[in-house]
Amino acid sequence: MSAVTRHRLLLLLPLAVFLILGGYFALGLTRDPSILPSMLIDKPAPVFALPGLSEGEKGLSNADLTGKVQLINVFASWCAPCRVEHPLLMRLANEQGVTIHAINYKDKPDAAKAFLAQMGNPYTSIGADKDGRVAIDFGVYGVPETYVIDRQGRVRYRHVGPLMPFDVDEKILPMIRELSK
Amino acid sequence: MRGGAFAGMTKRAAGWMAATVLAATFSLPALAVMPDEKLADPVMEARAREISKELRCLVCQNQSIDDSNADLARDLRVLVRERLVAGDSNEQVLAYVHDRYGDFVLLRPPVTGYTALLWGGPFALLLLAGFGTALYMRQRRRDVDTMPAPALTAEEEARLTALLNDDKPGVGR
Repeated sequence: MSAVTRHRLLLLLPLAVFLILGGYFALGLTRDPSILPSMLIDKPAPVFALPGLSEGEKGLSNADLTGKVQLINVFASWCAPCRVEHPLLMRLANEQGVTIHAINYKDKPDAAKAFLAQMGNPYTSIGADKDGRVAIDFGVYGVPETYVIDRQGRVRYRHVGPLMPFDVDEKILPMIRELSK
Repeated sequence: MRGGAFAGMTKRAAGWMAATVLAATFSLPALAVMPDEKLADPVMEARAREISKELRCLVCQNQSIDDSNADLARDLRVLVRERLVAGDSNEQVLAYVHDRYGDFVLLRPPVTGYTALLWGGPFALLLLAGFGTALYMRQRRRDVDTMPAPALTAEEEARLTALLNDDKPGVGR
């Protein structure tokens, strides 16, 4: 390679650096920075025991999470996006027969009950997390969040924000089917 | 306005302005930490503040939990204080939160394979730029050294002769 050709190639270096950086930035633009990875993926769900919404009502504990593939949905009556995703949870429970547990995040029990009376109750059991501590153990940083739990009680997937039909069809249902095999 | 910016101002207005400037200079930024969250022990509270400054608020993302008014930030501040009271070291408290929220919660993420590009990227770029500049400079010096001086044109030759023969300084041109 002559000195001149080498020199020419060197001139292309800034362009190459620009293209590489540009590629990374373009990739970054397609990602939502508000969606954080969960620390619990492939790890057992945290140990917890939450009371039910009413006195004496069965709550939710990590012991309920083994045996079959199921979902945990973190919701609150004061959370608007929870209302948006709720009909989808109803359909998942009623039409697909998916077991969905709930962590009721920093809510008033009466408000949560009114929410479920109005929107329907897709949950097999509900744990009232009044101070939000169990949610912190799960790494919850906003409601709603939805977790896929496998038969061994391990967290396999976390969805941040309201579930959309696309998320359910493309991710949640295929995952449940795969894990149930 | 002639005679300076404050010439047209009354004494009273100037007084108000001075007071405003003083107030703006000496006031402290509003604090997110509420009095009811604070620990009685000032040493413990100082440690809590120190830890809180290291933890990112996950809701606002660009504030520490010490600065943020978000609900979750408050919950985490209270949690940090509880862990301290329970006897955790500063590192243990940070590890407790890190276990739940991952690298993102730390405003100074640890250097791992995953964050290597984040920490090393700027230095790698600097090194690359320095290397490129050094290479360019060396090449240029070599070019200048080996370049034959170009021949003068007839016009330049004539001007040079005129300048050399000129013994009356300042009138040469």
